[in-house]
Amino acid sequence: MHRFVSFTLDGITNGMIYAAVAMALVLIWRATRIVNFAQGAMAMVTTYVAVSLVDRHVSYWFAFTVALVAGLVLGALVERTLIRPVENKSPLVHIIVTLGLLVALEAGAGLIWGGRFRSFPAPFSIVGLKVGRSQIALSPFDIFTIAAVVVVMVGLLVLFHRTAVGLRMRAAAFEPEVARLLGVRVGRVLTLGWALAALAGSLAGLLVAPKLFLYPNNMDAVLVFGFTAAILGGLDSPVGALVGGLVIGLSLSYVGGYLGSDTESIGAFVILIVVLMVRPGGLFTRVNPRRV
Amino acid sequence: MTTPTDRRAAAPTPVNRRPPDWLRLPRQTLLRHLLLAVVVGLLLFWLSDNVGAFTDLQLSNVAAYAIALAGLTVLTGHNGQLSLGHGAFIAIGAYSTGLILEHTSLPIIVVILAAMGVTAVAGAIVGIAAARLRGPYLAGATLALAVALPSVAIKWSSIFGGEQGITVNPLAPPTSLGLAFPPERWVAWLALLAALIVLVLLANLLRSRVGRSFRAVRDDEIAASLAGVHVARTQVLAFVVSAACAGVAGAFFAFNVQLVAPAGFPLTLSIALVTGIVVGGIGSLVGAVWGGILLVYLNQEATDLAKHFHVSAAAGANGALLAYGVLLIAVMLVFPDGIQGGVRRLVRLVTRQ
Repeated sequence: MHRFVSFTLDGITNGMIYAAVAMALVLIWRATRIVNFAQGAMAMVTTYVAVSLVDRHVSYWFAFTVALVAGLVLGALVERTLIRPVENKSPLVHIIVTLGLLVALEAGAGLIWGGRFRSFPAPFSIVGLKVGRSQIALSPFDIFTIAAVVVVMVGLLVLFHRTAVGLRMRAAAFEPEVARLLGVRVGRVLTLGWALAALAGSLAGLLVAPKLFLYPNNMDAVLVFGFTAAILGGLDSPVGALVGGLVIGLSLSYVGGYLGSDTESIGAFVILIVVLMVRPGGLFTRVNPRRV
Repeated sequence: MTTPTDRRAAAPTPVNRRPPDWLRLPRQTLLRHLLLAVVVGLLLFWLSDNVGAFTDLQLSNVAAYAIALAGLTVLTGHNGQLSLGHGAFIAIGAYSTGLILEHTSLPIIVVILAAMGVTAVAGAIVGIAAARLRGPYLAGATLALAVALPSVAIKWSSIFGGEQGITVNPLAPPTSLGLAFPPERWVAWLALLAALIVLVLLANLLRSRVGRSFRAVRDDEIAASLAGVHVARTQVLAFVVSAACAGVAGAFFAFNVQLVAPAGFPLTLSIALVTGIVVGGIGSLVGAVWGGILLVYLNQEATDLAKHFHVSAAAGANGALLAYGVLLIAVMLVFPDGIQGGVRRLVRLVTRQ
């Protein structure tokens, strides 16, 4: 029972991180119909920015903020320079360009910062809290992780559904031509969408680094799990991203906990295939499946 | 991929500019491809006979990559299904080869065919799942496959040898070639021959009814099914064909490296394969050969450069990866037809003069 509870708490914390990555992917998918395979690599780069600052004895929170801002800038930059020219091309082109960016960023990080595993500071203790006499698998840092993701998600939802900018973003995503006629500067709105997505991704990178260490490939698995979460929820649905993240986090925690941690990626693959077989468009969207 | 310029340029070829009859290739597809293959085969035979062991090994690597890339070209270029997990199929082929060689003493041709068969079955299973998925969903599922598969080898280490993997004994050349015959040249011969056979078979397949139905499904699924093409069956078949090629390639990877271990099949292998078909020229079998040459020599150049500048091997590997990434983006932005597209343009320029 104690094991089950700690796997569950662990699963929720990890699930929130996957949800943040999934949210980033969903934001970009909704805005530009592109899956950004470089999402994790972009987060890795901004985390390296943070650790470089921490190395110079800057406070954690300053480094944290700079990394998030770096995420915003990087997202906007990528959209403007790489995505804009291939916007109207086939999905294959989109996938290959973001894949190229993933490879280039990871290799570039390896050249600049080296391939070794680095530790990354956590602003709060990562030792589990004590409830009564027993220690549980929920640390102050885990609580911070959950809270930070919730804050960003609620912020994005409010932005989307309660502000004029959000309305423009939704209009640009669903009816770009009509939005353009109504005076929405669609290009700028798309850039903003990419920037916000990269911010959510950066947050995930910062939150996962104290647990996983930091190295150029450290977000590979996180991206795959976040992507699985986004697909589970349906690529179009922010709520689906959150639910998908939690489902993946919990499932992987149980699979890893009871069957050994090397089975986690196999578990993610099996879950992904099973869900896609039943609902090829994910759990929260209505897409007509192709028939076999 | 035929671009509008292709069609425009192909139409007004003046009749009197055609080469004389004795220079023209036979009309029949099979005969023409076989003739080309024999000529290229003789050239390669001469080449492999006149180079050192290291170049032979590289030739054999190029052949192995070309086989895998040709299969991926059929799947992605002609059928429109992108696989980001093709390294997993190469791993299945390589592990099958390693395991069969470890437990039996079958002739080498049987081992290669068995590895191909096992991988084709795996391809059918993945293909059935993939036939229901589109664009990013398919990309994600195959990506997850590439990430998951190496841990299978670690989880069931008693069969697959865990992180250490399985050692593959070098292939001994037949005694009729003499005792001093270099084994690298023997493997190179086998690999080049296999590559030629695979390319001829695929070229014929693509020119056939099946190949046309592949492209029909790629271009418009609804139109294809209205025209009587069974869309899902076609997609599964494309997956099986391309996985079978990856299986053969995997067998030669096992012979070349003489070790089959999870570290040999990282996600970057799958991405390198995508780089190969894109930079070579998506949709062209000749492009697959360019891609194979590129992948082998880009890695070699990066390693040499790293040595030259006295930086670590890791930096060299990163350099190669950086080149892959930049090439992928650059080709998509400015040169979407890849190397083969450029060659075609060049040939057209020369023949028009």
